[in-house]
Amino acid sequence: MANIALSSVGKTFSGAPALQDITTCFEDGEFIALLGPSGCGKTTLLRLLAGFEMPSAGEIRIGDRQLANGDTGMMVPSEDRNMGFVFQSYALWPHMTVRRNVSYPLEIRRFSKAEIAAQTDVALEATGLSAYADRMPSELSGGQRQRVALARCLVSDPDAVLLDEPLANLDVALRATLQTVFTDFHKRTRATMVYVTHDQAEAMAMADRIAVMDRGQIQQFDTPQNLYERPKNRFVAEFVGRGTVVPVRSVETSDVAAHGHVLGARVEVQSNHERPSHVCLRPENLTITETGDLRARVARVTYLGGKYLLETVAECGTRLMAETRAKFDVGMQLGLTITTPWAFYEE
Amino acid sequence: MQKGGSRSEGRLLGAILVVAICLTLAPVLRLFVEGFADQGAIGLTLASEVLSQPATLTALKHSLVTAGLGTVVSLVLGAAFAFLVALTDLRAKGALVFCLMIPMMIPPQITALSWTQIMGPSSVLLKTLGIAPPLGTPQPLYSAEGIILLLGIQHMSIIFLTLRAGLRSIPQDVVEAARISGARGLRTWWQVVMPLTLPSLAAGIAITFVTALGNFGIPAMLGIPAGYVTLPTLVYQKLAGLGTSVLAEVSVLAMLIGVVAVVGILVQRFFQTRQKVFLVGATSRPLAIPLGAVRLPVEILLWAVVCVILVLPMFGLLATSLVPAYGVPLRVDTVTLTSWWEVLFRQPVTTRAFANSFGLAFGAAFVLVVLCLPLAWLMERNPTRLSRVFDSLLDLPYALPGVVLSIAMILLLINLPFTEATLYGTIWIIFLAYLARFFAVMFRPVQASLKQLDPAMGEAAQSVGASLFQRLRDVIVPLSAPAAAAGGILVFLTAFNELTVSALLWSSGTETLGVVIFNLDDSGETAMASALAMTIVLVVMVLMIAVQLLSRRFPKGVVPWQT
Repeated sequence: MANIALSSVGKTFSGAPALQDITTCFEDGEFIALLGPSGCGKTTLLRLLAGFEMPSAGEIRIGDRQLANGDTGMMVPSEDRNMGFVFQSYALWPHMTVRRNVSYPLEIRRFSKAEIAAQTDVALEATGLSAYADRMPSELSGGQRQRVALARCLVSDPDAVLLDEPLANLDVALRATLQTVFTDFHKRTRATMVYVTHDQAEAMAMADRIAVMDRGQIQQFDTPQNLYERPKNRFVAEFVGRGTVVPVRSVETSDVAAHGHVLGARVEVQSNHERPSHVCLRPENLTITETGDLRARVARVTYLGGKYLLETVAECGTRLMAETRAKFDVGMQLGLTITTPWAFYEE
Repeated sequence: MQKGGSRSEGRLLGAILVVAICLTLAPVLRLFVEGFADQGAIGLTLASEVLSQPATLTALKHSLVTAGLGTVVSLVLGAAFAFLVALTDLRAKGALVFCLMIPMMIPPQITALSWTQIMGPSSVLLKTLGIAPPLGTPQPLYSAEGIILLLGIQHMSIIFLTLRAGLRSIPQDVVEAARISGARGLRTWWQVVMPLTLPSLAAGIAITFVTALGNFGIPAMLGIPAGYVTLPTLVYQKLAGLGTSVLAEVSVLAMLIGVVAVVGILVQRFFQTRQKVFLVGATSRPLAIPLGAVRLPVEILLWAVVCVILVLPMFGLLATSLVPAYGVPLRVDTVTLTSWWEVLFRQPVTTRAFANSFGLAFGAAFVLVVLCLPLAWLMERNPTRLSRVFDSLLDLPYALPGVVLSIAMILLLINLPFTEATLYGTIWIIFLAYLARFFAVMFRPVQASLKQLDPAMGEAAQSVGASLFQRLRDVIVPLSAPAAAAGGILVFLTAFNELTVSALLWSSGTETLGVVIFNLDDSGETAMASALAMTIVLVVMVLMIAVQLLSRRFPKGVVPWQT
């Protein structure tokens, strides 16, 4: 068990960069989520860790062991890395029973028959699959198949478990159940887990830290709370939660608080930068009041269950999202008050 | 693009690729070199000399005429069947398709032999029925027309298969759209279905022409007695009569056939890529136009045609194989199994041929399975520039006429480099020629099944620590075993029946079954030739039925007659 460290890792596919200059460290025992829109490079990063792809530049280490170096061409093949990988398609071997699928990694490691049987039983028990041990994968449901895939990668006690959108092919109810399976498992084993997803709710619910990726780069690597409350740039602010990014002008910072001009109103802002340029307005930063800082017109109403999401257009043309328990009709005028939004600096 | 995978995969791919290229492309390359670089001016003089000989020109003309008109016959039969089977609601389509595949799988010399047994003055079947023409009348099939007819029947399956595949890819909604716009009946067929199928039809015509051009069995059995010589039989006669002293001369002829064939192959490729453009889009349900009241008559007609081209000749063959001597009518008191007994157990030549053909076919199937399975998987996973070039060329030894490949093999192996040894005259030259010729027969089904295999299957094994060998043994081989088995059976089937290549490469002691049937018939032992041919037909049928029965377990695209 050890930290996974990447330094200046890059990957190009026939000239087109898929990953650029990734330098980061995943701590031992952490549950990491790689989050981003499709094509952002998150799966490529995971496949680099697994050894299915060779980095074009930079170095990947686990502890003090070098796994791959794109500059020297050195690479430890996947089969010698001792990592577990859970595939989106499950990748169960259709010609083997559930038990054989799970015990195969132990066979490869030349364990004795008794040890294989004992450890396989433990893994099947842990994933609740004991009753299905002698079935073929084709006789299982989607959720059961994903449990087999998880059991298969756990059985060999890997240094890290890599998961590539493992819940993407399952329905909503099953997803929630399996999320708890994954988090419970993580709590019990304290194995390092790297989890790729494009679903931010999934990432928020499970991960200790989330790396938000876009265009082959990590935009922000932080805890779920910080990503939501203290986004570093426009992409993160807009991708995580429903944030609207607007400019902030003439910021004055005092010892206690900072104030700036947002959409023509003078409001208090929070920031860790001395001269922030933008603020992120989330629904909870906006309150509907008669005597609001700015006037807006309701353009669209969506019922969320118990509350409404209002898409409003301010007088200056900016679209702002607000939440309310009361019902408003499209076309109504209302006032909005801005309360302490997060401000950041972006060129 | 490097798709990933480990370095050991790259090394293994390189090693197998070199072996595969040496096997398949080296002979073709060697023939090419012979023609263009090796001999320079002398070669050109020889080439122009050979090409201006009247015998060459006549043979070229005969080849083009028989192949061209034979293709027309194939087109008429194959297209009629394809349109009816693919577009309408005929019953028992599976059985019909299976029967239409049999002509392709029965070796041409047996087709020719069986047809001569139901025509002409000495036909046992006609004599038995008392309708044989008087002695002295010529065998009508010993003519250009006979060759054309049998070439047409032999290759109708090719047109049928390609056209049917093209038709099945037309979604029903295009035809429904035409109907809702007001087009009816034949107008839909002519204005919507036909334009969409033209590329696959053109590709089918081109490849049928190439196959007919390279056919040796039919013109050899029917043309040589009539003095009607085509290019493949000319090459055979020269090489059989004068030995390797005419090697330079026959390689010019082989190249002539090769050039015509390559043009045909290029035409086929061109239309095949056109077809792919059309195939984009969802193919929902295939078409099934109701025939209504004419369904039963159409079905009767189709099955009657199948009877005439398939069952009748086989009865002729069977009748001949059961009489004591050729020309004796078949009666209760003349029925004998002597010929069967002779060819199966007594004649040393036929038993040797059985052993040779079985060994060659089994050996070729085995070696090709071992070679193609890892190669196809590695090429799928780590495509390199070399592997892609190889992928586009590996059909060449199979698509080129057998005569061309045989001459290329002789040129390559008559003097092994750096030694005095030669493989010419040994069984190994036939074996290597079979490996080259049937490489594509094995490779394509395996490739088709591996393309459908989730790449994560191998990666999952890799991530749990399985080495390259373990991954192949435990995951890839079991998962592609059905396709490999189908490919193996197909290779066995084609190699077991092969005539063209072995006819040019055999020598005493290395006869194959194809050669022996040809020689028995040539020396007048028609009854024994028929018994041997019947045995082979039975083996072919059993193997085809085995593939058919297993076909449900194979991935799509593995069994050639199930598209």
